[in-house]
Amino acid sequence: MTVSRHTKRLINTTFGDYKFGFKSAVNNYFVSHKHLDDTLVKEISDQKKEPSWMTDFRLKSLDIFNRKSLPAWGGNLSRINFNTLHYYIKPQDSTKTVWNKVDPNIKEAFDTLGIREAEKEFLGGLGAQFDSEVVYKSVQDALKEKGVIFDSTDNALREHPEFFKEYFGKIVPANDNKFAALNSAVWSGGTFIYVPKGVHIDLPLQSYFRMNTENMGQFERTLIIADEGSSVHYIEGCTAPIYSSNSLHAAVVEIVAKKNAKVKYTTLQDWAHNIYNLVTKRAFVYENGEMIWVDCNMGSQLTMKYPAIYLLGEGAKGEVHSLAVASKNQHQDAGAKIIHGAPNTSSLVSSKSISKEGGRSSYRGLVKVNKGAKNIKSKISCDALILDDISRSDTYPLMKIDEENVLVAHEAKVSKIGEEELFYLMSRGISEQEASSMIVNGFAEPIIKHLPMEYAIELNRLLELEMTGAVG
Amino acid sequence: MTTKNTLEIKNLYAGIPAKKIIKNFSLKVNSGEIHVIMGRNGCGKSTLLNVLMGHPKYKTEKGSVLLNKKNILKLSTNEKACEGLFMSFQHPIEIPGVPLTTFLRTAKNTITKKHSSPSDFLKEIKSYAKLLKMTDAEIERSINHGLSGGEKKKSEILQMAILKPKFALLDEIDSGLDIDALKAVASTIKEIFKKTKMGLLIITHYQRILNYITPDFVHIMDDGKIIKSGKETLAHELEKHGYDKYISKK
Repeated sequence: MTVSRHTKRLINTTFGDYKFGFKSAVNNYFVSHKHLDDTLVKEISDQKKEPSWMTDFRLKSLDIFNRKSLPAWGGNLSRINFNTLHYYIKPQDSTKTVWNKVDPNIKEAFDTLGIREAEKEFLGGLGAQFDSEVVYKSVQDALKEKGVIFDSTDNALREHPEFFKEYFGKIVPANDNKFAALNSAVWSGGTFIYVPKGVHIDLPLQSYFRMNTENMGQFERTLIIADEGSSVHYIEGCTAPIYSSNSLHAAVVEIVAKKNAKVKYTTLQDWAHNIYNLVTKRAFVYENGEMIWVDCNMGSQLTMKYPAIYLLGEGAKGEVHSLAVASKNQHQDAGAKIIHGAPNTSSLVSSKSISKEGGRSSYRGLVKVNKGAKNIKSKISCDALILDDISRSDTYPLMKIDEENVLVAHEAKVSKIGEEELFYLMSRGISEQEASSMIVNGFAEPIIKHLPMEYAIELNRLLELEMTGAVG
Repeated sequence: MTTKNTLEIKNLYAGIPAKKIIKNFSLKVNSGEIHVIMGRNGCGKSTLLNVLMGHPKYKTEKGSVLLNKKNILKLSTNEKACEGLFMSFQHPIEIPGVPLTTFLRTAKNTITKKHSSPSDFLKEIKSYAKLLKMTDAEIERSINHGLSGGEKKKSEILQMAILKPKFALLDEIDSGLDIDALKAVASTIKEIFKKTKMGLLIITHYQRILNYITPDFVHIMDDGKIIKSGKETLAHELEKHGYDKYISKK
C-alpha cells in the first residue's frame, strides 16, 4: 500500500484511473484447470504434499460448498461462474526468504507497489502472496528468537501441524457460509502467526496479496494465534490488475486472542473493479483479551465482509473500525458482527462509508448478547457520506439481546457534501477539488487515525486520488 | 503598505430565483476605510456579503464588483479569496476531521502563493490566538468543531488575521459575543486593520461594536440598496430614533 508519489504518478499515467492495475508476465509453475471438482481439490492438496486429514477436510468442504446455496442477501452474486475460474496458480517453486531469489517479474511487481520500501522502513516482518502462493516471507531475527512464528499457512501446516489440529477451521467452520466452504476446499497461501506467551511485537507484521492472472480465484487462509498476554499488529494490503472478466477473492481469516492478549488486524485493500471480494473474518477473544479490526475497503465490484468478534471470556473487548468507498459500478456491503458471550464484555463499532458516482455502500451489522452475558456495553455508529444524487447508502443493523442489564447504543447518520461546507473552505482560497478532498478526508479521519502513520498518509492520498474528478 | 486598493460595487442586482433581494446596490470602499452597513432584518445585508463572496445559492442579474478595477463578480469563490476578498460568516460551519491549523496553512499558502513553514505558521497563529484570548485547545481542533457561538466568531477573525485580505466583509461579527469576547475581537480587528490598511465592510445590528471600532462611513440599507449614508454620528442617531425615521413605510 505504501507507494511513493512518484511511482503512483507513473502507474497512473500508464494504467489510468486505478492505481495498481498493471500486469506482470510470469511463467507459472502450475495452473489448475477450471473445473471445480474432487480431482481439482486432490490436485491442489497433492501439489502441497499435505497430510491426508487436510485432503479429507478439503473434500468434505467441497461437498458442503456444493450443497449450500448462494446467500440471498447482500450483493448480487448471480454472475459468478464457478467453472470459469483458475482455482490454483503456483507462480514460483517455493516461498523465498530473500528477495533476490524471488522471480524477477514478481519482485518487480512488489517493487512497483512499494512493498519492499515499507519492509525496510517500518515492518517487523513481511509476506508477499502472488496469485495462489506466498512467494516471499521474512521476519526479523529478534522475533524468531522470541519464538514468534510468521510464515505462509502452507509452510506452517507442514512445520507446526499441532496448531492446525487445534484451531484450523474451528473459528470459521467450513459450513459457516458458501464462500467459507469454497475457501476450505481450495485454500492456498495466507499467513500464519503464532505469538508466544507474553511476547509483544512492536513493529507491525504485514502480508501483501496480489492477484495477477485473469479469471482467477485467490483463496488465502490466515490463522493468527496470540498466546496469553501477548500482542501483535498485522496488516494486509491487496491489489490486482484490471481485466475485462471477473476474478474472485474469497479469504478466510481465523484469529484467537487468548487471555490478556491483544490482536490488531488492519486491512487496506484497493482491488481492481472486476473483483468479487467475499471474505469471512472472525476472532475468538478470551478473558480480558482485545481484538481490533481496522478495515478499509476501496475498489472491487462487490465486497461482502463483516469482520466478527466473539467475546468469549469475561472482560474481553472488541472494536471494529471500518471505512468503505463505493464508486461507479461498485457495491460495498460491509459491517461487523459482535457476539457477547461472556459477562463484562464491551464492544465498539465505528463504520464510515463514502458513496459516489452511482456507487452503493451498505452497513450490515449484528450485535448479539447471549443469555448469561451480563453487564455488557456496546456502541455502534454508522456514518455515510454521499457525494452526489445518483449514489446510495443503506444501513441494516440487527440486535439480538437475550440478557438484561446491557447497554447498547446505535446511531446512524447520512450526510451529503454540502455546498455550505464547500463554500466555507473555498471562501478561504481553497479550490473546490481540494475542499472536497479535505471534507472526505476529514470524514474518514476517525478511522484513519487507527492506522500506523505511514499507512494513514497513504490512505489519505488514495482518498484524494479517488476524489479526483468526483466533484464538480 | 502604501498601495491603495479599491472595492467598487456598481448597480448590483442579485437574489434567489424566486426573489430579487439586492436591487441596484452601489458602494465604493477604499483600503484603510471602515464602512458599516446597518438595516432591518431581511433588508439584504447578509445576502449582499454572500453574493460578493459568490455563494452558489445566489444568482446575480446585473452589475459589477470591481477589485482594483478588475471585475471579480464572475470569479469562483476561491479565486475571489485569492484576489484578496474575505468574509467572516454569520454562522460559521463545523467541518469535523479537518484541523483548523492544517486548513488555514493550506489557505494561506494558496492565497500568498508562498510556502510558510509549519513552525513559522504555528508561531503566527499562536500570537493572534493570544490577542483573541483563544486557548491552544481551541485552535488545535477541527474547523469550528464543538466551539461555542462566540468561539466560532473568534476563529473567523483568527482566519482573517492570518489571511490578511485586501477587503474583509464581516457579517454580524459582534452577535453572540459576551463583553470580553467582543473587546478581544474588536481589538484584533483594529490591530489587523492598522497593520494591513485593509478595507472593512461590517454588517451589524448593534451600535455596541462601534464603541470599539470607529467607522468612517455608516450606511443604512433597505430593500436591497443603500438609502442613506453618513458619518459615525448616523449610527448614534439610528440608535436613538430607530429605522422609522429613515425608511418610508410601504
